[in-house]
Amino acid sequence: MKLKLKIWRQKNSNDKGKIVSYDIENISPDMSFLEMMDVLNEQLTSKGIDPVAFDHDCREGICGSCSMFINGEAHGPDRLVTTCQLHMRKFKDGDTIHIEPFRANSFPVIKDLVVDRSSFDRIQHAGGYISINTSGNTQDANAIPIEKNSADKAFDAATCIGCGACVATCKNSSAMLFVSAKVSQFSLLPQGKVEANDRVLNMVKQMDEEGFGNCTNTGACEVECPKGISLENIARMNRDFLKAKISS
Amino acid sequence: MSKVNAKIPEGPISKKWTNHKNNIRLVSPANKRLIDVIVVGTGLAGGSAAATLAELGYNVKAFCFQDSPRRAHSIAAQGGINAAKNYQGDGDSIHRLFYDTVKGGDYRSREANVYRLAEVSSNIIDQCVAQGVPFARDYGGLLDNRSFGGVLVSRTFYAKGQTGQQLLLGAYSAMNRQIARGKIQMFNRHEMMDLVKVDGKARGIITRNLINGEIERHSAHAVVIASGGYGNLFYLSTNAMGSNVSASWKIHKKGAYFANPCFTQIHPTCIPVSGDHQSKLTLMSESLRNDGRIWVPKSKSDSVAIREGRLKPVDLTEDKRDYYLERRYPAFGNLVPRDVASRAAKERCDSGFGINKTGEAVFLDFASAIIRYGKEKAHLKGLDEDDLSLVKDLGKEVIKSKYGNLFQMYEKIVDQNPYETPMMIYPAVHYTMGGVWVDYNLMTTIPGCFAIGEANFSDHGANRLGASALMQGLADGYFVLPYTIGDYLADDIRTGSISTDCKEFEEAEKAVKNKIELLINNNGDKSVDYFHKKLGKIIWNKCGMSRNEKELKEAIKEIQLLRKDFYKNVSIPGSKDSFNEPLAKAVRVSDFLELGELFAKDALERSESCGGHFREESQTKEGEALRDDKNFTFVSAWENKGEPSEAVLHKEDLIYENIELKTRSYK
Repeated sequence: MKLKLKIWRQKNSNDKGKIVSYDIENISPDMSFLEMMDVLNEQLTSKGIDPVAFDHDCREGICGSCSMFINGEAHGPDRLVTTCQLHMRKFKDGDTIHIEPFRANSFPVIKDLVVDRSSFDRIQHAGGYISINTSGNTQDANAIPIEKNSADKAFDAATCIGCGACVATCKNSSAMLFVSAKVSQFSLLPQGKVEANDRVLNMVKQMDEEGFGNCTNTGACEVECPKGISLENIARMNRDFLKAKISS
Repeated sequence: MSKVNAKIPEGPISKKWTNHKNNIRLVSPANKRLIDVIVVGTGLAGGSAAATLAELGYNVKAFCFQDSPRRAHSIAAQGGINAAKNYQGDGDSIHRLFYDTVKGGDYRSREANVYRLAEVSSNIIDQCVAQGVPFARDYGGLLDNRSFGGVLVSRTFYAKGQTGQQLLLGAYSAMNRQIARGKIQMFNRHEMMDLVKVDGKARGIITRNLINGEIERHSAHAVVIASGGYGNLFYLSTNAMGSNVSASWKIHKKGAYFANPCFTQIHPTCIPVSGDHQSKLTLMSESLRNDGRIWVPKSKSDSVAIREGRLKPVDLTEDKRDYYLERRYPAFGNLVPRDVASRAAKERCDSGFGINKTGEAVFLDFASAIIRYGKEKAHLKGLDEDDLSLVKDLGKEVIKSKYGNLFQMYEKIVDQNPYETPMMIYPAVHYTMGGVWVDYNLMTTIPGCFAIGEANFSDHGANRLGASALMQGLADGYFVLPYTIGDYLADDIRTGSISTDCKEFEEAEKAVKNKIELLINNNGDKSVDYFHKKLGKIIWNKCGMSRNEKELKEAIKEIQLLRKDFYKNVSIPGSKDSFNEPLAKAVRVSDFLELGELFAKDALERSESCGGHFREESQTKEGEALRDDKNFTFVSAWENKGEPSEAVLHKEDLIYENIELKTRSYK
C-alpha cells in the first residue's frame, strides 16, 4: 500500500505545532497501525529527521498507552480496538490518513502525538480505591458471596484502560465515562459500598478541578471506547452522586 | 568459584516463614517515618510493595518509565493467578502447590522460597477481593476457578482474560490511596539509569526524566528493583515495547549477582509471526488450553495443502489429525507445562507438519469444546441436544463468556474468526525465570538492594507454571518484602536522611551523563532497532528453544562483535534534553547487548537440559529433556567483573529435603 500521512508535529509543550505531510510506501495490510508508524520513523531517522513521538507500550490493547486521533476518530475507524490493534487492512491503497494527538485542555501535548494524561491519575488519587491495608488476616475471599450479575457488571466497568479516548472524542472533553467506570466498579461491589458516598463526591470534585467538561449525554464516548465501557455507568454515577449529595 | 549463602531459616519447611517472621527485627512506627525506600517499577511486585511499605509508614519514592503506574506490563497478563484455596475441594493444599511449582520448575528452584510462596498464596486472593478486584464468580456468588498447565487441580482464579489488568489496577488503587496521603511520591516517565552505593550499601539511584532529559539524584535507605524480566532480549517477545533489563543490569554491574540468565520461558500459544515488520508478539492465554485441543495433520501432504490454502482445517476429518500432546502425554494432555508444549510444537513444525505460510504454526481448536458446552447448555435449558446448529450457538456463547477478549484480539490481528476455524499458534518468548540473585529475604548481594517479582530469580526454577507469575509478584510485594526489608532497615533508624550531595552520587551522575553524551553524539548510520533486531535473531536462533555447544559459542562471538558495531555505528536522532524515545531505547539495547553474552555463556556452562533450557546434547531417546542432577543441582549466580566474558560463576547448591528429585514426567 501507498499512503499519504498528515501528522501533527509539535516539538514540545511550548511549540505551536503544525500538520506535516509524509508519503509512505510498501505498507502491508497485515501491519498494525503502530508498525506502520515504526516504518515511517525508520525512514525519517535515516533522513536525519526527528521521528514522530507517540505513546505505546504493550501493543496488545490493554496498557492504554497508545492514543492517536486517526481521521477524526479516537483509535481510528475500527471499533473496540486501540490504535495498536488497528490494522492497515482497514485502509485502502492511496488513502490519506490524518493523525493527531488526543486533544483536551486537561491533556496538554508533550511532543507530537504524546499527551500528558496525569489528570486521570489525580482523579484516581481522589478516591479510586477501597481503604484497606495489606494484611495477612483479611477475611476469607469467599466470606461474602457476590451476585454474579453485579460481579460481572463490576468487571465490565473495571476493564477501562484509562486511555482517554472518551475525553478526546467528547465535544465537551468530559471525563465522565472514565470516572464513572471506576465509581461503578466499586459501588457495585459490597466491599466498595462503605466509602461510596465520599468516593463519588471526591472523584467528581477532582474531575471538575482538572478542567474536564460536562456531560451532555451524546454517547460518543461509548462508541469510541476501545473497551466498550457502557454509558450505563454514567447514569449510575449520576445516581450515586445525587444520593451522596443529599445524604452529605 | 565460591558458594553463596541464601540465608534460609532453620526448622521444618512448614515453619520456616512463620519462625523467620517471629524472629526478624522490626522497625517501630515512629522510626519508619524517618526511613525512605525507593521502588523501581510499578507492576504487580513494585506496585504492591510500594503501597504496602507506604501503609506501614515508610516514605516511598516510586518510579516507572510509563506515563502512569497503571500501565506497567503486568497489566497484560491474561489467564489467572494460582492460590491453594481448595475451594473446589479437589484435593489442593499448600503442599501440592509447593510440589507442583518445584516439579514444574524441573527441580531448579529453592524449596524454602517456593513453600513460602504457596503459603501466602491464599492471602493474596483475600487481599485482592477486599480491594475490589472483580474475579470471576459462579451463580452462587462464590469465586470460580480454572485449571492451568502442569497441575491436576483447579486452583487458578481469574477475571476473564484480563486477570493481570484487574490485579494491577488493584495494586494501583492501593498506591493511589498512599499517593493521596503523601506517603508515596510518584515519578512517572522516569528511567533508572544507575544505582548509587555509599559505603557498600545501596543508597539511591540516578534517573533520567524522559520528558525533558534531566538527570536527577534520588536517595533512600534501601532500593527495591521491581522492573520485570528481560524477554525483550529476543527483540520479538510478548513483553511490552518498553520492557527492559536496565535496572537489573545496572545493579548487576554494581555488584548484584545475576542468576540463571539462560532460563527463559517460551510460551507455546502465541500468534505466529506474520512478517519482517513485526514489532511484538501477542500471547493467547494458557487458559485456552483448558478447552482448546492442539493438533497438526497426520500427513505432511495435508499440512502442505493447508499451507497453500487448498484444504481448510475444518474439512480435515478426525482420523487425519494428530493431537500430538494428547498422544505423547496422555495424563496431562493439552495441559502439559509450557516448556514441554513449546518443544513439542517445534518438533512437529521442524518435521514439516507446520500449517501456516511460514510452516511455523500449529492449530488450537475449540470445535469439540463448543459442542461439549453447547450440549451441556442445551440439556440445562431442556432444549434439543441433537440440534447441531443450536448446540454450536450455545457452545459459542459459553466460549465467548470465558475467552471473549482473547478471541476478539485474535480476530483483529489474524483476520480470521476463531469461533469458526481453529486458531494458529506458535511458541514465543514470554517470561524469564532467571534474574537478579536474591537470598531468602529477597536481598541481592548488595546490602540494601532488593529485587522482587520477575526481576529476581528465586521461585520458578527452570520453568514457570502458568498463573504463577502474578502470584509471585504479589506475594513478594504484599507479603514478603514488607517484612524482610524491616530486618535490614532496623540498622538505619539513626541514620537520618541520606544526602545526595556526596562524591558517590556525583560520580554516578557523571558516568550516566557521559554515557548519554557518547550515544547521542555518535556519528553512526544505523538505527537502534537495527541492532536490537540483529541481537534478537542471534539469541532466538542460537539460544532459543534448543541449544547446543557449537551455536552457543558462535552466539557469544557474534554478540561481542555486534556490541562493538553498536558503539561504532549507532545513530540517534534528536537531542538529549527532550522527549527522545530512540535515546531511551539505545540505553536499554546497550544493556541487552551485554546481558545477551552472559545469557549465552550461562547456557553454555549448563550442559544439562532442564525446564525451558534444552541442550541438544542432553536428551532422552524420546527427545525429552534430560537433567543432570549430579552436576547441576545448583543456581548459577554470576558476578560481574567488567566484560560479560569475565563474569565469575558462584554456585548456590539446591538442597531438596522435602521433595524427592525425580525425572519430571507428564505422561
